[in-house]
Amino acid sequence: MEPLMAFVVGGLYAAAIYLLLRRSLAKLIIGLILLSNGANLLIFTAAGLSRGAPPLIPEGLQTPDAVVADPLPQALVLTAIVISFGVLAFAVVLIHRAYEVVKSDDLDMMKDTDR
Amino acid sequence: MMLAAVISGFLVGGVAPWVIRYLGDSRGSLALAALPALLFVYFASFVSSVAGGETARMVTPWAPGLDLMLSFYVDGLSLSFALLISGIGTFIVIYAGSYLHDHPQLGRFYIYLLGFMASMLGLVLADNIITLFVFWELTSLTSFLLIGFNHEQEKSRKLAVQAMLVTVAGGLAMLAGLIMMAVVTGTFELSEMMAEPDVLKAHAHYTIITILILVGAFSKSAQAPLHFWLPNAMEAPTPVSAYLHSSTMVKAGVYLMARMHPGLGGTDFWIITLSLFGGVTMFLGVFLAIQQTEIKKVLAYSTVMALGTLTMLIGIGTDGALIAASVFLLAHAFYKAALFLIAGIIDHEAGTKDITKMGGLRHSMPITAAAATVAGFSLAGIPPFFGFLAKEMLLEATLDADLLALVLTLLAVGAGALVVAVAGIVVIRPFYGAKVETPKKPHEAPMAMLVGPLVLGLFGIGFGLMPGLAERTLVGATAAAMAGEPVDVTLYLWHGFNLALLLSVIAVAAGIFLFLNWNRVRARLEGVKAFSESYGPEAGYWRGLDLLNWVAFWQTRILQNGYMRYYLITIVMTMVVLTLYAMVTRATPQLATTLTGVQIYELAIALIIVLAAVFLGWTHSRLAAVASLGIVGFGVALVYVLFSAPDLGITQVLVETLTVLLLVLVLFRLPEFLDLSSNAVRLRDLGIGLLVGGTMTLLLLMIGDVQYFEPISWYFVENSYPIAQGRNIVNVILVDFRALDTLGEIYVLALAGIGVYAMIKLRSEDQSKGGPR
Repeated sequence: MEPLMAFVVGGLYAAAIYLLLRRSLAKLIIGLILLSNGANLLIFTAAGLSRGAPPLIPEGLQTPDAVVADPLPQALVLTAIVISFGVLAFAVVLIHRAYEVVKSDDLDMMKDTDR
Repeated sequence: MMLAAVISGFLVGGVAPWVIRYLGDSRGSLALAALPALLFVYFASFVSSVAGGETARMVTPWAPGLDLMLSFYVDGLSLSFALLISGIGTFIVIYAGSYLHDHPQLGRFYIYLLGFMASMLGLVLADNIITLFVFWELTSLTSFLLIGFNHEQEKSRKLAVQAMLVTVAGGLAMLAGLIMMAVVTGTFELSEMMAEPDVLKAHAHYTIITILILVGAFSKSAQAPLHFWLPNAMEAPTPVSAYLHSSTMVKAGVYLMARMHPGLGGTDFWIITLSLFGGVTMFLGVFLAIQQTEIKKVLAYSTVMALGTLTMLIGIGTDGALIAASVFLLAHAFYKAALFLIAGIIDHEAGTKDITKMGGLRHSMPITAAAATVAGFSLAGIPPFFGFLAKEMLLEATLDADLLALVLTLLAVGAGALVVAVAGIVVIRPFYGAKVETPKKPHEAPMAMLVGPLVLGLFGIGFGLMPGLAERTLVGATAAAMAGEPVDVTLYLWHGFNLALLLSVIAVAAGIFLFLNWNRVRARLEGVKAFSESYGPEAGYWRGLDLLNWVAFWQTRILQNGYMRYYLITIVMTMVVLTLYAMVTRATPQLATTLTGVQIYELAIALIIVLAAVFLGWTHSRLAAVASLGIVGFGVALVYVLFSAPDLGITQVLVETLTVLLLVLVLFRLPEFLDLSSNAVRLRDLGIGLLVGGTMTLLLLMIGDVQYFEPISWYFVENSYPIAQGRNIVNVILVDFRALDTLGEIYVLALAGIGVYAMIKLRSEDQSKGGPR
């Protein structure tokens, strides 16, 4: 299954980078979301995939009775999902605000402060 | 106690503005002068024991684990400097209260000045090299603040920056040298390093260490070709010039060389380098001095000469030369500080710094004229003043030098002649001869400004007439500290008729001749002055600065071009290249390609995710874009659920729902997607996207078998229930094992929330006010 997911991750990255390189602000946001999905899947897949073995400990036992999926990457990805949502919410409002002030959603119109 | 003495300047400086405000300028400055006076008394209490050959060391741990100690070391050398710093500092503080009377920023001036005094004391007393370096840089910093005190003038600012850049750059070289010394000797304490003189000299890195240390010392002590910053530092108010740029800070480099002499000195490399640089600086300084007409500049260049002389004497390194250096150090501090203070008095009372516009001032300011005469005679090296003694010993030292004796003697005689002319220029010319109209009607200076030059002048006469006094107190111990072993010192004013005296007489005669023909000499040297202004080291400094600015602008134009996509392309292409490079060099390419066991619904989900992503890049419809984004998100959630990560699935579904809602709310307030790029640009971006995607795919295909480290996940699986009492291992990791990470995450979310709230709030306020539309 991992090789298949490798191509999914590659596809998400490719689309994300393409969108990030557009001049439109809205596409930048969409690219950002795709990129975080791709990165999460990358970490998740890299640890190895297993079916039907969630990292849970059954009632009455000290440790799981069978091999379970690696819990550590899952914890990392969980954190990443939540953080990227926070970043996204902030970015969306920021972009909206920038659009209100600049009156354009063209990134090339917003580069004066770098000079 | 020593630590308190050193840092008291910072503490008292911190309250100086209030002292000035409540006591007024005059009484306030007197009150502040009590600090250096007390410090002088404190240091003077060491004199008898140090003169008896004892040393003292005081250690306060700073960061002991790093071998960082606030350790201070009192021997003849550091004590001489400490006494000069606190003693002259007392007069400077009193003087400045008059000189800058009614200046609105007098309080701030005292913060800098007392801060400088503390830094300088720390520098000369430090035993730990890191402590030394910190105080060294603090003196550069306070010097910068003081040179740029009149910061509203562009010239002041530029020249302050110049002094700072030159001395700090040298300081960095010195730091490298100091650290190498610490590595070689295994200790950070100077006293321990110097106690074993052969360790450094025998080491393979001796030459590079010495060069690094000397770069620091030469830049600080204005040795040619780095001498140019010192005359420029005369932009500072005159008390600063008298204190920092003649008697104390500029001697820090000399101090460093003297301090290092036992450990680094005495080799041919050391002797030749220091003698030559010092000798040339000595002659060049005073040669440039007689070309100037502004009194402070003349004095500044003659200070360059004095610093060169000291460097040369430390280079020669014989007992006689080291004793001469100790005597010269004291003599110079007395007369040069006095002359600067007198220059300030003339400027203050007569309103000009141009020597050609003064004359006959002795009628209106007799006391100043007397003090100036005493200092001038000492400068010229006329008996019975202390300066005469210094000059005789200097000539004897150059005659007895082991290497380059002839060259150094000729340079010394030439400098001796020129310095007599300088003494005439700064003393005879303004105070004697016919009266010349000055911009202000001159009158005698207030007592606060006179006390410094008078007392320093008395020292010049007193030590000259009773050289035994200097010998018994400081000179012997100072020379011993430089030599690293006890030195026999007997000072006489009269050395009998010898070659040195003959040379001295010749020098004086030549100097008087030069002074009498000063105007003609200056006219002759116009060409030299113009040449050095356009091709000298200072011109090189300005050109270097221009070049630096040009490079900065150029690279900013290239790197900070303001186009988001070029930043992004730089970042992702760097990542791609580094990743591919690592793949090629590190791992044997072993691609996992088996697709056995893939269920048909899994394949379908994968296809849907990819198709939705591709469609996102394609579509022009905002609604379709949000919808496909949702498809990608929920598809990923399904992957999580299918592959044993139910928590991730739940979270992803929740977040994805919120994301879609948020986007629908915001995207539809933005305009329609625009076609802003040409087809060629799209093709380029598509290529970059595919390259990145391909790299990530390749990466995932390859890393299946690679394992550099043992996984640590088993620990969480084993201990989740026994230790943390939780059955959901992922949750236990988040809220227990890695709870701090999660706390950080909560902070991030809270901050994002505050940011969102603030921006929405800002908008509504803009609208209610009509806003910046």
